[in-house]
Formats: sequence, structure tokens, C-alpha cells
Amino acid sequence: MAPQPNKRDVNQQLAREFGLSADEYARVLDIMGRTPSLTELGIFSVMWSEHCSYKSSRVWLKTLPTKAPWVIHGPGENAGVVDIGEGLAAIFKMESHNHPSFIEPYQGAATGVGGILRDVFTMGARPIANLNALRFGDPALARTKRIVDGVVRGIGGYGNCVGVPTVGGEINFHPSYNGNPLVNAMTVGIADKTKIFLSAAAGLGNPVVYVGSKTGRDGIHGATMASAEFGKDSEEKRPTVQVGDPFTEKLLIEACLELMATDAIVAIQDMGAAGLTSSSVEMAGKGGVGIELDLDQVPQRETHMTAYEMMLSESQERMLMVLRPDRQDVARAIFEKWDLDFAVIGVLTDTGRIVVKHQGEIEADIPLDPLAEQAPLYHRPTEETPKRAPLGEVADPVGLAAALETLIACPDLASRAWVWDQYDSTVGGQTVKRPGGADAAIVKIEGRKLALALTTDCTPRYVFADPEAGGAQAVAEAWRNITATGALPLAITDNMNFANPEKPLIMGQFAASIRGMSAACVALDFPVVSGNVSLYNETEGKPILPTPAIGGLGVLQDAAQAIGLGLAPGLDLVLVGTTKGWLGQSLWLREVAGREEGPPPPVDLAAERFNGDFVRGQILQGHVRACHDVSDGGLLVAVTEMALGGDTGANLLPGPAGVAAHAFWFGEDQGRYVLAVNDAAGVLQAAAFVGVPAIRIGTSGGAELTLPDGTPMSLDALRRANEHFFPAWMNATGQA
Amino acid sequence: MKAAIVVFPGINRERDMAIALETCSGQKPRMVWHKETDLSGLDLVVIPGGFSYGDYLRCGAMAAQSPVMGAIRAHAARGGHILGVCNGFQILTEAGLLPGALLRNAGLRFLSMDCHLRVERADTAFTGHYQTGAVFRSPMAHGDGNYFADDGTLDRLEGENRVAFRYVTPAGETTAAANRNGSARNIAGIYSENLRVLGLMPHPEDLVDPLMGGTDGKPLFDGLVAALAA
Repeated sequence: MAPQPNKRDVNQQLAREFGLSADEYARVLDIMGRTPSLTELGIFSVMWSEHCSYKSSRVWLKTLPTKAPWVIHGPGENAGVVDIGEGLAAIFKMESHNHPSFIEPYQGAATGVGGILRDVFTMGARPIANLNALRFGDPALARTKRIVDGVVRGIGGYGNCVGVPTVGGEINFHPSYNGNPLVNAMTVGIADKTKIFLSAAAGLGNPVVYVGSKTGRDGIHGATMASAEFGKDSEEKRPTVQVGDPFTEKLLIEACLELMATDAIVAIQDMGAAGLTSSSVEMAGKGGVGIELDLDQVPQRETHMTAYEMMLSESQERMLMVLRPDRQDVARAIFEKWDLDFAVIGVLTDTGRIVVKHQGEIEADIPLDPLAEQAPLYHRPTEETPKRAPLGEVADPVGLAAALETLIACPDLASRAWVWDQYDSTVGGQTVKRPGGADAAIVKIEGRKLALALTTDCTPRYVFADPEAGGAQAVAEAWRNITATGALPLAITDNMNFANPEKPLIMGQFAASIRGMSAACVALDFPVVSGNVSLYNETEGKPILPTPAIGGLGVLQDAAQAIGLGLAPGLDLVLVGTTKGWLGQSLWLREVAGREEGPPPPVDLAAERFNGDFVRGQILQGHVRACHDVSDGGLLVAVTEMALGGDTGANLLPGPAGVAAHAFWFGEDQGRYVLAVNDAAGVLQAAAFVGVPAIRIGTSGGAELTLPDGTPMSLDALRRANEHFFPAWMNATGQA
Repeated sequence: MKAAIVVFPGINRERDMAIALETCSGQKPRMVWHKETDLSGLDLVVIPGGFSYGDYLRCGAMAAQSPVMGAIRAHAARGGHILGVCNGFQILTEAGLLPGALLRNAGLRFLSMDCHLRVERADTAFTGHYQTGAVFRSPMAHGDGNYFADDGTLDRLEGENRVAFRYVTPAGETTAAANRNGSARNIAGIYSENLRVLGLMPHPEDLVDPLMGGTDGKPLFDGLVAALAA
């Protein structure tokens, strides 16, 4: 190769800067049989990065249950695909954009939304819903406020513009996220199940086509590389934060879907992390073919870009496709109509190698099989999280009324309306249940009765205290939230956010969470069909709480059967499930008693399934007017949320003898639902008949929530307390 | 009623609008790409919501220069009816077919929620199925919906009874709290001089099906069908 100016010698030192260990670099030398070029080293380093290779997590991910009769494509494709009936498939996935969102909250979150949208429409689906799962640090920090503001604006800015409704999500606060917020974005799309597009390239001599935005120098090598180390030209090579362009994404969605209605596409993949490198390597690798790229043909936004820069750029809104040669003109015309770049940048070969040419030089020539097969795979040591000592008796320091006021006003339970109000949740005209209207968002399929129920869930404080129980709980809660609307849960996507896997305790959290998740997936017939792993989420040695965020999808044959959580007057309230009064790791314990202790509530998966199937049956038989699962904050918080949701009060009865009042009303025992029904006797009888625990806990009506001790609480006052936190925090002038 | 929906690059509520029109008229509207230049033979031209050209430069500014705008002006000059919703309203003001401008929301944040609208007159093709003074609920979703015009223009709009809808409380009062985006005089929608061009920010087209939470927006489309049916 001709020497180029400003190029560093490739050696072990540079490999180290690129994130490759000495052992990994030795493997590169062995595969290549020579010293690799800078571009080749770049390709190896990104393909073997944790993000692309899953080298620390793969051995554990393989143990997750991924199969069911309704699963069309499980993990391994751009997104998971499940059969939802009527000839349709739902395609969905969740993905993290944690680190960029800390550096530049608006663009980090916005490009996170853009990336996950592409993973879904690249498979032929029209995106119909976005959700998210967000974790932020201590609200007392000014930095947290800035990050929340930017992330919410970024999610709205991108999602609103592309015209995909943002229908659900969750937000937690905890100091462990102070230096490392989590931004997990999920997209759900719908496709004809016989027209799913995959990424495996095929057809010797077929053209490799680049469409979308031009390539710039943004996002090169992500954050793994210090730009200054490149010397005098550091300004030229500094990786900049990627900038999203939702307008181009919208054009790309429409153009791709228009092209997908023809028979022109052989294979297609978006250019996400590691851009042109990962898309070309994965497409050729999966298809068992070779690929030759001519970078002179790549549409470029900046001048004098090198092969290394183009191969590693993470410029947004770009796709790579393999087309039938005789359909090239059809495809070109569609992209020209949408004013998008369209360029033939390569060809499929039979060499089994990726060959990259630029300005007459061969910049890279790597055998694809060894690049994939010899990718590092680590069985990292694990250490179990010690079991927490039982909590023992905890006295009630304040009584029910004061505790309820504290809980519904705390950042983890305060109304999220300030956030939802910035997301367009109705575009598309199919949103049956908007954010806050039901336990899961309900989005109808246009022109049909069929609807999807969608949710994101995880309780990181449970996972931290007991990773296995917490992993199971995250899956169970997603299943429960879908069930509470009347929908049948079908499958999940997971976003595994953990700290440094090289620490045995962290790797142990990961392994145990996977064990718990797997058990729940099996017990609930709720397989994992896609996912994403984000490791090294720690700042200055402080790890985040382990956060395996779960995105759940369920289906309703008739959208009209979906029920929400808001109370109407004149109904009986029935609690389904067993209440022992579990206060360990509860929000009551943290917010009212000031302790973060004890084991989290255990999840009895058999009872979970049993109770949930009973509740869904009652809903589909038309016996239930509103339903809400009991989760953070316990039973009294659940009832309060139902009262506020329907602007209708309730009169509560004392709980059973044998459980202290505060433990009964604020314990976080799992597998429970509150049902608002016309006929409690009928529902209780049906429950007794099948052996599901159920008791009547009160009635609905009036403008007050009357506690079991007779204390009346005005709904207006409860609403003010619940709605105070976000607007007050965000509108406060000066530093928080 | 022969209706068409104009699609600019970045428009994203064209399908919502098509569903509303088809629900109320029984006919699928014609979808018109922004490079088309012939809109003859139509009763109603709709410019739907979205982010034409990404809202870059200024909301609606680039769409207002699109090839189809000549045909839209000709349709207006012929006395044809035009409905512009959200971005469509912004495009109509940028094109000079309606007075005033839509500024960034007063709170500087995107607003997605239901609002309540008061019908200021019920004798137009758009409002024949409402009563004057009636209040209806409608979703809204915009970052730039803060209606602005100079006092002379506002006085003239009011004097000529060209305010179509105002943001009000559910009881019909024009309070500041009901006017979330800060629009001048709570104005949510206005008419052209001949009352045949209507621009409004909220999305009645997203509330025409009880499954989606109500049918408050349906009378607007039912009224159009009744007024414009051949």
C-alpha cells in the first residue's frame, strides 16, 4: 500500500487504542498473515467490539428461550418477528443509546430513536409505535435535569417528525445513573408475514447499493478512540457526536417501503453501529459470499475522506441493499423521487473476502469467515450477588394517608404527563390507549380490528438486590401489563444494561438476570425474539443498577375489547393475587422509612401465569371495566392511579387480619391485579372455582378516596401532589 | 365530494386524514404528490399535518414554494375549498392564502394533548354540523402553533367574523390556561375572506372513531361532505 500522510503505523499500541487486547491483536495477525492496514485494523476492532460481537454476553444470551410456534424470526436478525394472525407479522426490538445520551442528550436520544426505527423498517415493516425505557440520576443534580430535558426533547424531536407515535415507556431515577443515564428505545412495526426482508446477501455479481444520507466523519470509532492521539490532524479526525435528521429518515422509510413493494431487493440492512463496516461484513457473512466495495462511489458529505473514515463513520439515516441487477433502474427512480442518494458502491463476489478499494488502492482485504468465526468469545468469571437478609418487622412511622401522599409525589411515581405531553402519541390515528390510559399502550392495525399491546418494564432496585428474582420480575411485569389490558402476551425484546463485565460481581448480575428471565419466559410462554446488550455502564468506577429492560408485545383480536385503568363510578374493586405484605425493596420502604433493604418480592411464576390467565379471561368475557396491575408502591398506589385515571373516587375496606395495614396496602407482592367490575360476586365465584385468590377491597364513586381507616382524601389534592414533581422541577428557574 | 390530500416530503398525517375523509364520505381521497400541478375537478383540497421538509428553515416555508402550490392557488381562486391542518395551516400562511403566522409555542415545548375548541360560526362548509358556540375536543400535536398576527389583522379577522375556532376550557371560556400554545386571542383556526379556506392547528381527523377516544372531530368532516356533495 502506498504510504499516506498522517497515517499511524499499525502495531500493538494502536490496536490497544482501538480497543483490541494483545491476544485479540495476535489473532488479527494470525488471520491476516501480515500486518493489517489502518482500515483493516479499524474493521477488526469494530467487528470485535463488545457492541458488535457480544463477546462477553454471547454465552449467556444463547441460553434464553427464543422459540414458540408464533415466532417467525428470533434473535440474529435486525429485529424479532412474530406472527400476530391475519397474515401479519409484528417486528420489534429495543436498543440502547446510553453513552451518547450522556454526552449530548438531545442528539443521543434522537439518534437512538432513529437507529431502532431503521432496524425495524429494514425488515419490511411500517413502524407503528415507539416506546422507551429511561433511567436518570438523582433529580437533585442540575446535570440530571439537563439530561432529562434533552433526552425528552430528543425522543420527541425525532419521533414526532418521522410521524411514528410514541405510545409508552417508563422512567426511573436513582443516583447510580448520575454519570450514566440509560436511554433504551423500542420500535414496533407491522409487515405482511410473507414479505419479511432479511440481511443475508446472495447472487454473484449482484450490485451492492447505498441509499440515504451522505457519509461524513461523525461517530467514527464511537467513543473508544481519543482523537488527540492522531497528532496534528486531530481536528480532521475527531469523532463528533452523530446528528440525527428525522426528515431524511421519514423519506427513507417511505422510499424503502415503496421499493419493498416491488421484487427488487435481495437483501437489506441498515448502517447502524460501525456503519458501512458492519452492514457489509454481516450481509456478506450471513450470505456466505464475498463483497467488493469501491469507496469512490460512496456519497460523501465532506472532502478528502479516507477509506478508514468511510468504513467506520456512523453517519445516520443510511441503508445498504443488494438488488436484482434488472431492477436497479426501478430502485433508482424511487430514491430519486424521494430526493435521496442512491449509489452502486460494490458487487457480490465468490471470494469469501471483503475487499475495499479507494482511489485505485486496495485499502482492505479480509477473509470473512475467520473475521466472524474467530471473533473473541469470553466466559468471564461470575460472582453471585449475596442474598439479602430478611427485612423483619418494620413499624409504620406515618400511617396510610401520609405515606400515600409521599409516595404518589415521589419522582419514581409522580405523573409522567409532562413527558408524554411532548411526544406525539396519536399520529397515525390508531392509538386506542394513550400513555397512562392503560397498563400497556394499545395500537390498532389500520383497517382491521386487530391491535397490539405494548409495554416496557424493569425494576432495577429488585435486580440489584437479587438479579435472578429481578430478571424474572421484569419479564413477569411486562407480561402482567399486557394481560391487564385483555391482550395475549406473545414475545419480548430485551435491553441488557449492565456495568463492567470484567468485574465478576457484574458478570454474575448478568448471568443471574438471564437465568431469572429465562425461567419467566418459559413459564409464561413469552420468548425473547430480539435484544441488545449495553455493558460498561459505569462512571468513575461506580456501576449502574443492573437494568435488563424488557419490551413486551401482546395481541388483541378486537381492539374494542381492550380496557384501561381509569375507574368509573358504581363498581366493585377486586384484588386478584396473594398479598403477604412484602416490604423488602419496596418504594414505601425507601420513600417513607428511608431504607433500601431486604430481598425483593419473589415471583411465583406458576401463580403469575394462573392469576394472569384468569384476569385476561374475565376481561375478554366482558366482566371487567378497568384493570391495573399492582407494582411500584403497592396496592394503595395502584388504586389511587385508577382513581386519578378515571377521575372517580373509591371507598376502601380494611384488609384481611394477619397482615399489617401498611404492609397490605404498600407491599409489593407480585402477580396481583386490581379489577373494577360490575359484579364482584360473579368474579369472586369464578376465581374461587379455579382456585385463584381474589378478595373484594372496596367500591368506586365520589370525588374522594376513602382509606380503610375512614380517612377521606380528596382526588384533587392527590392529583396536585401526583402532578407536581415534573413541571415544578423543570420550570424552576436557576439550578436545581 | 371529490377530495384530494396533498403530500409533501415529510408530511406524516396524510393517512389519518384519509381515514377521516373515507369514514365520513365513503370515498377514498386522491393522494396528490407535491410535484403534481393539476388539481382541477376537485371539491376539497386538504393539506395535512406533519413536518414538510423537516420544518427546516421555517415550518411550511419550503412546501409553500413547491410545484403543487400553483395548482392550490388556482383552486382557491376558482372558489374551491381548502382545509389545512397543523403543518397544512402553517403552509397556507407561508403561501399567503391565510394571514398571520404560527410561531414557536409560548412554553417552547412540543404540545401533544387534547384541547377544547369553540366553534365561532356554524354557517361555513366546515362547521355546518356543529352549533355556533359549541365546544368540542380535539387532539393537538405541534411545536409551532402559537398564532400571531398584528393587531390590525386580528381586529379585521374578528370584525369579518373569520375566526373559526378558539382554544377554550371544556365549559367554553377563553382562558389563558386553555390557550396552551399562547396563540393571539386564543385563535386555533381562521378562514379566508370567502370562508372557503380553513387553517387550524389541532387534529379533528384523529377523533372520528369511538375506539380512539371519541368522535368529536367527525362533524367537521360530515359537514364538509354534506356541503360539498355534488
